[in-house]
Amino acid sequence: MSASSAFNDEKGGSSSVGEPEYGHDPASGGIFSSDYKRHDDLKEMLDSNKDSLKLEAMKRIVAMIARGKNASDLFPAVVKNVACKNIEVKKLVYVYLVRYAEEQQDLALLSISTFQRGLKDPNQLIRASALRVLSSIRVTIIVPIMMLAIKEAASDMSPYVRKTAAHAIPKLYSLDPEQKDQLIEVIEKLLADKTTLVAGSVVMAFEEVCPERIDLIHKNYRKLCNLLIDVEEWGQVVIINMLTRYARTQFLNPNINESLLEEGGSGDKTFYGSDEDEDEDEEEKEKKAEAAAMAKRKPYVMDPDHRLLLRNTKPLLQSRNAAVVMAVAQLYFHLAPKAEVGVIAKALVRLLRSHSEVQYVVLQNVATMSIKRRGMFEPYLKSFYIRSTDPTQIKVLKLEVLTNLANETNISTILREFQTYIKSMDKDFVAATIQAIGRCATNISEVRDTCLNGLVQLLSNRDELVVAESVVVIKKLLQMQPEKHSDIIKHMAKLTDNIQVPMARASILWLIGEYCEHVPKIAPDVLRKMAKSFTNEEDIVKLQIINLAAKLYLTNSKQTKLLTQYVLNLAKYDQNYDIRDRARFIRQLIVPTEKSGALSKYAKKLFLALKPAPILESPFKDRDHFQLGSLSHLLNAKAGGYQELPDWPEAAPDPSVRNVEVPEWTKCSSREKRKEKKVEKPFYTDSEGESGPTESADSESDSASGSESSSGSEESGSGSESEESKEASESEEEEEEEEEEQKKKKKKDLKKPVQESESEQSSEEEERKHQRKSKPRKSESESESDEDEESESESSQSESEDSESEAEVKKKKKVQTRTAEPKPPPKPLKKESKKEKKEMSLLDLDDFEPAPSPQVTPVNTFLSNSLVTDLEGLSLSDSVLSPATIAPSSTLKSYELLHRITGEGLSVEYCFSRQPFSPDANMVAVQMQFTNNASSDTKNLHIEDVKLQSGMRVKEFPEIELLPAGETATAVMGIDFCDSTQAANFQLCTHTRKFFVSIQPPVGELMRPVFLTENEFKKEQGQLMGMNEITEKLTLDVKCRNEHAIVQRVTTAANLSRVPCGSDKECRFAGRTVTSGSLVLVTVATKEEGAAQLTVNCEKMVIGTMLVKDILQALTQ
Amino acid sequence: MIHSLFLINHLGDIFLEKHWKSVISRSVCDYFFEAREKAVDPENVPPVLQTPHHYLISIYRGKLFFLSVIQTEVPPLFVIEFLHRVADTFQDYFGGCSESVISDNVVIVYELLEEMLDNGFPLATESNVLKEMIRPPNILRSVVNTLTGTTVSAEIQGVIEACVKLSGMPDLTMSFMNPRLLDDVSFHPCVRFRRWESERILSFIPPDGNFTLMTYHISSQNLVAIPVYVKQSISFFEAGSCGRLDITIGPKQTMGKTVEDLKVTVHMPKAVLNANLTASQGNYTYDFTTKLLVWDIGKLNPQKLPNLRGSLSMQTGVPNPEENPSLNIDLKIQQLAISGLKVSRLDMYGETYKPFKGVKYVTKAGKFQVRT
Repeated sequence: MSASSAFNDEKGGSSSVGEPEYGHDPASGGIFSSDYKRHDDLKEMLDSNKDSLKLEAMKRIVAMIARGKNASDLFPAVVKNVACKNIEVKKLVYVYLVRYAEEQQDLALLSISTFQRGLKDPNQLIRASALRVLSSIRVTIIVPIMMLAIKEAASDMSPYVRKTAAHAIPKLYSLDPEQKDQLIEVIEKLLADKTTLVAGSVVMAFEEVCPERIDLIHKNYRKLCNLLIDVEEWGQVVIINMLTRYARTQFLNPNINESLLEEGGSGDKTFYGSDEDEDEDEEEKEKKAEAAAMAKRKPYVMDPDHRLLLRNTKPLLQSRNAAVVMAVAQLYFHLAPKAEVGVIAKALVRLLRSHSEVQYVVLQNVATMSIKRRGMFEPYLKSFYIRSTDPTQIKVLKLEVLTNLANETNISTILREFQTYIKSMDKDFVAATIQAIGRCATNISEVRDTCLNGLVQLLSNRDELVVAESVVVIKKLLQMQPEKHSDIIKHMAKLTDNIQVPMARASILWLIGEYCEHVPKIAPDVLRKMAKSFTNEEDIVKLQIINLAAKLYLTNSKQTKLLTQYVLNLAKYDQNYDIRDRARFIRQLIVPTEKSGALSKYAKKLFLALKPAPILESPFKDRDHFQLGSLSHLLNAKAGGYQELPDWPEAAPDPSVRNVEVPEWTKCSSREKRKEKKVEKPFYTDSEGESGPTESADSESDSASGSESSSGSEESGSGSESEESKEASESEEEEEEEEEEQKKKKKKDLKKPVQESESEQSSEEEERKHQRKSKPRKSESESESDEDEESESESSQSESEDSESEAEVKKKKKVQTRTAEPKPPPKPLKKESKKEKKEMSLLDLDDFEPAPSPQVTPVNTFLSNSLVTDLEGLSLSDSVLSPATIAPSSTLKSYELLHRITGEGLSVEYCFSRQPFSPDANMVAVQMQFTNNASSDTKNLHIEDVKLQSGMRVKEFPEIELLPAGETATAVMGIDFCDSTQAANFQLCTHTRKFFVSIQPPVGELMRPVFLTENEFKKEQGQLMGMNEITEKLTLDVKCRNEHAIVQRVTTAANLSRVPCGSDKECRFAGRTVTSGSLVLVTVATKEEGAAQLTVNCEKMVIGTMLVKDILQALTQ
Repeated sequence: MIHSLFLINHLGDIFLEKHWKSVISRSVCDYFFEAREKAVDPENVPPVLQTPHHYLISIYRGKLFFLSVIQTEVPPLFVIEFLHRVADTFQDYFGGCSESVISDNVVIVYELLEEMLDNGFPLATESNVLKEMIRPPNILRSVVNTLTGTTVSAEIQGVIEACVKLSGMPDLTMSFMNPRLLDDVSFHPCVRFRRWESERILSFIPPDGNFTLMTYHISSQNLVAIPVYVKQSISFFEAGSCGRLDITIGPKQTMGKTVEDLKVTVHMPKAVLNANLTASQGNYTYDFTTKLLVWDIGKLNPQKLPNLRGSLSMQTGVPNPEENPSLNIDLKIQQLAISGLKVSRLDMYGETYKPFKGVKYVTKAGKFQVRT
């Protein structure tokens, strides 16, 4: 209190508060004449040879500047020292120059040459600081020099200098807007810069100089998204805000379907909906219905770039910088699908524990958000409870949020909380609480009576302000159902004697006038009293007295005629012209004279018309048309330089504008192809037909990097931008899921979002997945395998005209026959498929229409079929996808069976395809690849003279009749190894030669994955203890210390499936040996520092021991 | 962006001004003074004000107003966060953020402000970067390689503050025994977020000196018991225009650690003129003007519970306050993180020498309020 009163005195005394201080500053003489003297000695010090004196002088001068005193007359003396060798002095001279150059332009020019020299300095820091000062002295003459310097610095080697150049751009622009075009060129150049240091600054320059040139962003969009996490905090804020705007122009509204459905549907979903919906004119409704129908027709598919942005900004919610968190929050609010916006709530609630200024801004934004997305903050209701120590403005904002969050379920808690608030000593806050209660009462009809009763009780409160506020709120509530509450009106009429707050008096008078027929006896009496005190009332009360008089005159002229005329006479001579006007107007209207005939007939209608009940609205309603987090939003008024947040486009602009480098392009084109294809063949009810070719298109570009790189992106962040980020962005939804699942599902999700939920694993399905994982993997001829698959799908497409389920069954068969049939498809077919592909890509090029794929609807109907067919469909489509997605090429190791030289031109490699060998389930499938490197054809490739240990069996591959020179063929044979690692020896025969070869399986290939739940796993493990359990401690390889890497390495070493597990410190795997079906259970428990424990439970101890050895090796190397 | 900055003391004097673009007359602050006058309490001044030509965004720190002048659209939090960063930097440089400290170091302050913003856009705000360019006034800084953990409780919100003095480019990893406790976290930018997401390990190359590595929040499911209990009764009598007050504090769940720096603050209603109390331990003060009763207890002795009792004299003729005041309690417990969070280990990679490591747990009452 004492502080503020002292402050007030000070303030009252003088308008410019700084001045009185002038006198008692130790550095100043106090009198103007002595200023001269003092400055003289400063000048002397500056002219001396000693750096220490110069420094001392400069320090004093800077102190003067800091205190806001004029030191401009020292300019010549200071500017001489601009070339001073002493870095400390120089720095301070720069400070001085920047401050005063604008005022002394001519003299400032003297210093320019020093800076120009500095720009050429070999030291980057000196170059940067020279540019910084040069661009900061606001002297118009040097604009061309600045321009030149900026251009040069923009291509400087040092990123720090380039950053300074970016900073200089808005300086020059504000000095001379004519330079805009040239500056845009520099901005364009700097936007292409790949360093994080520059990114934030150049986007800031972009925002200040040419925010409308959104086209400059296209090519840099993905780069900015990927750099974002490493940019310094302030740059992050600017970039995120800019990208929010960008995304609004380039992508489609992810909530288009929901929002339309919601709005079109029942109004009770939105807080204020019920009233609005009624007012809505038909036309609008129609429009909306139309749009909703449109939306239904065109299902929404999120642009991968849109996903990229959401994905890359999400981690920044964890930033320590409140501005960054807010920027991400607003980005999510404006851009994310409704289901994902929720993640920001927790981060925003965190900010509420920060400084009160931060709370103030955050609460404003939360208030706006909570109207649109109430559910998001409901779990955090308690975080918005008010503490008595909160500043009033925070309290009021929290009240606002609590009111917005109120609904039928939580209203009782909130009202109880409000009750505590009413007792607060902070009266402004109490008033706000009463209003909040009023709003809750209007919005939630269930509690209206409770609230009203509570408020009526407040009418007997000692504090007049509380009573007054209650009156105002009660008035609003009563308007909703006046007939039920005439006793309250009577009660309030009595209050007129006591309440002095004008607004409250006015409210009571209005109530009585409006509902005078409910209180016919009291009303004239109130008017009588008011007439008596009329002259002493406030203006707004006077107006209401006139109003009351007029209404009573119309309904009860017998009793009130004279009173009314008395009041009108008083008003006629009132000082306020509003009141005089009103009196004149009303007199003409209600008192019939010969002139005013026409209108007075309608007087009753005019005055006593049924008035609509007021809607108590949040002041934050519809504030979200401003970009959240912006100054404009906070002020609810457009601030200078505010860039409007554009509406979503109806149709997405061409996404290819964001493509950049060459590899990027191929990648992208494949993506587009995928899209196009969806358009091309909209009628495939099953997804198999299209996913086949899609996959092939994809894996062409993918094959080199493989799916491994995509999974690697989880850790590496923003390494090689283009590719992995896209891969990763596709898989965003399943981030939390297990990595392995993720890889499998990636592609599927993209295309069939509906199916995702459906694919919750039944055990049967899971098993299939693992089978899929072991799809044929022809070690090198990737393309061939693709085509082979493609042709498969092509052929199945032709069949798909039949009824769905039938087609499904057929395809299933087809796949089975494929696995059984070891022969590669005949070549002519291969060529056909190639042609087909070419045609499609041509079509792609012609058709640039961005096309949201219409395939989701068919998928829907497809899903509504019986579950069995669903699952079949899923597994089928996936089996086609799997080779590239599931098993990274490294997973399937290929071994050499026959070297090119010993085989005289014939080389044979084999690998364990990890696919069930359908002719005999107890056999391990071995996929062989024959390559004829010789110049002549090889004929009649087959197996002879199989030598096996007892119990082992071999199912030979069908004879390959012809392998032309330079060609490759694959075949699958089955070997029953009898659960041992004994080699299978046999002869490989051609038409001319025989080769002795042998195949020895690694132990990991002697099993097939099974699906177990966590509980089953534990149960089984419990039965395989003691001798059957082998435990080994190990230290994990440095590269292998995350879950993902472990899973990857274990599944590479052994053909096992992952078992879901609640703990993140354990990875579990399960399988059965192929021949005897004995369970194999593997557990890898990780501890700190890469320590881990490996446990293998297996009935077959030999297998167990060997498996431990193999996995150990896989994990430690 | 940020156009100018004015530092204003509690008396309303502008004692420092800095302009990053053209000079803006200090008369622009008059709008602020107007609002300041209206607000009564300095905390109640709206942080964002609109004037005909400018926007004023201010923060209140250490009895000083940091008032920035803005001309065009800029996220308000951006400015607020920056101003707090300025205040933090002063704190870091001079060990305090009061008018006298700033006036004593005005040249360094000015240089800092010059470095922190370029044309109104933040340039260098990291303390370690700034210290490379502008030396702090004293180099009397103890050289210890400790990592300190402070836990602010009651709402179970905590921070890990680090003090790192390691040469070279040490790559540190810090792991917790029970990272699952952490519900919500935010990090210093040096922390590798992906590593945290995948392994719940803090991996970072630290800047030199003191910094806040991480702030966290413990989910309410794991709410740990509050370490003390309070028995109180405050009553006002209509008749004798006096009141009675009786407060006792006792330990609860302190895990054998002593509660220190115990302090009770009561905001008395306006009508309370004076307090005539006896404290069994510590001493109390009652400030008549601010109506603030402060009872400084010190260490909590579980054998002899501290008690404060006595009468309150009230202004006559004024109706009794309807609401009893709430008590704010401050306390500190050394060597205990009430959240249960424990640092498991801290490792250094990339350098060969052996660092000195240490962890200190502290529990402090945040906004511990007892409603009466």
